[in-house]
Amino acid sequence: MNPYDESVAGIVLRVIAYVVLAPLAGGLLAGLDRKVSAWMQGRVGPPVVQPFYDVAKLLSKEKIAVNRYQNFFVFLFLLYMIFTGSLFFAGASILIVVFVLVLASLFFVLAGFSVNSPYSHLGAERELIQVLAYDPVIIILAIGFYVVTGTFNVGSIYQASREGFLVLHLPGIFAAYLYVLTIKFRKSPFDLSMSHHAHQEIVRGLTTEFSGPHLALIEIAHWYENILLLALIYLFFAFSPVIGVAVALIAYFAEVFVDNAFARVKWQVMLASTWVFTITAGVSNLIILHYLLRR
Amino acid sequence: MQPLHIIVFLILFPLLLAVASLAVRSLSVGRIAATPANALIAAGSILLLFLTGSEPIYFTVESSLLEHFILAAEIGMGLLVTYLGLNSKRYFIVFLGAVMTAMTAVFEIICPPAADAVHHLFIDRLSVIMALLIGILGTLIINYAIGYMEEYHEHHKEVKDRRRFFGFLMYLFLSSMFGLVFSNSLKWMLFFWEITTLCSFFLIGYRNDRESQDSAFRALWMNVLGGIAFSAGVAYLSLGTGIVDLDQMIKAGPAVAMLPAVLLAFAGLVKSAQMPFSTWLTGAMVAPTPVSALLHSSTMVKAGVYLLLKVSPILSGSPAGLCITSIGAITFLFASFIAVSQSDSKRVLAYSTISTLALIVMCAGVGTANAAWSALLLIIFHAVAKSLLFLCVGVIDYKLHSRDIEDMDFLIEKMPKVAAMMNIGIAGMFLAPFGMVISKAVTLKALVDIHPLLGVALAFGGGATTFFYAKWMGKTLMVTPRAENKEGAISSWEWVTLAGLSFLTIAVCLSFPLISSGLVDPYIALVYGASPTLEKSTLILIVVTMTSLLVIFPIGVIYNARHRDYRLVGPYLSGVNIDETSFAGAMGSKLYPDTRNYYLARWFGEPILLQGGLLCAGFFIIIMMGVVLL
Repeated sequence: MNPYDESVAGIVLRVIAYVVLAPLAGGLLAGLDRKVSAWMQGRVGPPVVQPFYDVAKLLSKEKIAVNRYQNFFVFLFLLYMIFTGSLFFAGASILIVVFVLVLASLFFVLAGFSVNSPYSHLGAERELIQVLAYDPVIIILAIGFYVVTGTFNVGSIYQASREGFLVLHLPGIFAAYLYVLTIKFRKSPFDLSMSHHAHQEIVRGLTTEFSGPHLALIEIAHWYENILLLALIYLFFAFSPVIGVAVALIAYFAEVFVDNAFARVKWQVMLASTWVFTITAGVSNLIILHYLLRR
Repeated sequence: MQPLHIIVFLILFPLLLAVASLAVRSLSVGRIAATPANALIAAGSILLLFLTGSEPIYFTVESSLLEHFILAAEIGMGLLVTYLGLNSKRYFIVFLGAVMTAMTAVFEIICPPAADAVHHLFIDRLSVIMALLIGILGTLIINYAIGYMEEYHEHHKEVKDRRRFFGFLMYLFLSSMFGLVFSNSLKWMLFFWEITTLCSFFLIGYRNDRESQDSAFRALWMNVLGGIAFSAGVAYLSLGTGIVDLDQMIKAGPAVAMLPAVLLAFAGLVKSAQMPFSTWLTGAMVAPTPVSALLHSSTMVKAGVYLLLKVSPILSGSPAGLCITSIGAITFLFASFIAVSQSDSKRVLAYSTISTLALIVMCAGVGTANAAWSALLLIIFHAVAKSLLFLCVGVIDYKLHSRDIEDMDFLIEKMPKVAAMMNIGIAGMFLAPFGMVISKAVTLKALVDIHPLLGVALAFGGGATTFFYAKWMGKTLMVTPRAENKEGAISSWEWVTLAGLSFLTIAVCLSFPLISSGLVDPYIALVYGASPTLEKSTLILIVVTMTSLLVIFPIGVIYNARHRDYRLVGPYLSGVNIDETSFAGAMGSKLYPDTRNYYLARWFGEPILLQGGLLCAGFFIIIMMGVVLL
């Protein structure tokens, strides 16, 4: 069976699959993440399905808010995150996917701004610095795909990737993408705007004023986002589904390892190192590719 | 009605209004007449859209009287520049004015070109686009200015009330812009070009203090320098080949018209405030806000990119074209980086204007069908959203007594309607699904086809753009229980314009497929042979996303205002809350936490980056001139 079916039915099926399955897979990964982290720290850790219990419990809690709009922004964050992922799996232009992803992230940042708490503000500002750090890489990734395959369409890139070894053309860009995944997965040393760890110096940062059902929505949005990010890794390795899934999982757990092995850095270090790495690995990859393919 | 009649009307009617603004002593008469007059201009430009097809039409205007008048006016303008320089003891400007006068005298009187232009006026889809922007946005801005200038003089008692002169300049500006985009005769174009330069000089210097004088003269010398390059280009072309028509020049191609095209492009780069000439635009922020809106959204700077786009088929693929693209890339990168470190909202807008124009310049330098297509769309989307933003800032400036972004906390509570409109404008500048971002996607493709490094410039500059607009947006959307509404005293002049522009910002995005197929595609097909279009699926997506936002947002806001199923509490500040905005400190003190945005001045500071940008871009200007001269 060809998993990439361009008929309307195929597109609808894939989008439905994403909308239904992504939170399940994302939640399971989050559970495994905690299990593996516990194992690294010599603890037993919670059961793998603990994230689902957590979200269910959050959903049943009282709704508390600081103002009228904050929860609306969170709702929009989740909505547009699902939309972004759906666009990706529908095979739309990767640039549109990236732009809508920025829109979704912006709603999250605005939620943080709207509450008048200094912790939340600092978190929102840092989140924006994180966007500043990772945004160029994602655009460069899209350019890289375009230079190799001649299209920005996720569907066509996928087809090209099934037939050729995309990652061999784009090793530097792939490395740069892995580097910023630490930011996107909100893992230490780059979990500046908010963190799952208790030792975050700005309390919970961006999410300081979010509790109960709306915190659950934020959590679910992250599950959707994580699956989308892993699907992007798969896009490099689509020539073999087994290798693709394996690499995506290895990358995810490598991030968990990094999370446990490094202390949080200042934003200056994050921004500078990301940009330097983007230029040395990603941009140079792009230029070399340009001259290689022109020959 | 014939298209020619409307063109003549669009040029002459604002001119008539300009003279009338000077002549009619009473300001209230001017006000009453302004609305219908403005509506007529806007209606004229819309009528032109329906009366003309995709084929360009050329008109010949035989009148030796008119030619003599233009000649006399050009000499007069040259002498005026010289006088202005003498009067303020700026001898470089005296020199430029003398050169300008001498060039007109030598090339028009002593050794006049062999032939006159065949067609003096023309109209094609690009001039229709420009006319719509000038006619609709320009008149909306003038409408706003009527309310704004009254308040301006209440706030600035020290500034001499020269409102009639101001009205004269604004209408003269519109008239010359119309003339510029309808001129096929390069001589006429140059004539209108010089008028916009002088108008902008007087508008920037309206406040007449030291700072605005300096800024005005800076704008003057740069643009006169550009004008001299323009006139040198025209003289070279007409003396060498006898061509005085724009369309013939483009037809002649790079073999004949390379040097003139580069000289015209130089003038275009100056006018569109590309580095190293960007400082005139940032300096121009001293002018009253409607002036900034007029100059930096739909007219002055757009005249620059209009000219660049016209000559871009000649430059396409040449080293000079590559230099222009590089200048655009450098300007885009540096200007968006500098904007990160600015907290004065008008300066943020200024740098964002420079960076958007740089995108258009990059496209013009590339000169492929794809690039030109996205350049045209960028022109449209930027003009609408940017004029809205400038005018919002103008209103906020007088209500909050500051235009610093750091003073815009809680704007959504203090001035809910203005804040909402401003956020529409900001979203229009950098957020999907608004047009700017969509055209950026096409721009990216067009640029990467030439060289991926250009795409990299877009990636980094785009990241910075997201950063500085998003933090501004965040500031305005902060919510606090105690903020008083300060929206009361905004005049209906201003309201009408702001509402109209907000509507237009959304409307141009929703009607994006129509604008593309009706206006942009025919022009591109005509000039470049083939016309690119976005994939249908992408077009549908944009419209769907936009519509979903338009539906969800109002419903969400109303739902959240009415439906309260949550308990309201105070935010966590740092200790035990006293109320929602303060907490108990040591010794029973009351502390108010306060947060500020990041400006990353050590990294993106203006002093270092501006010098770097000016230097790099200046380097490419020299190369560009070098490759065609040597």
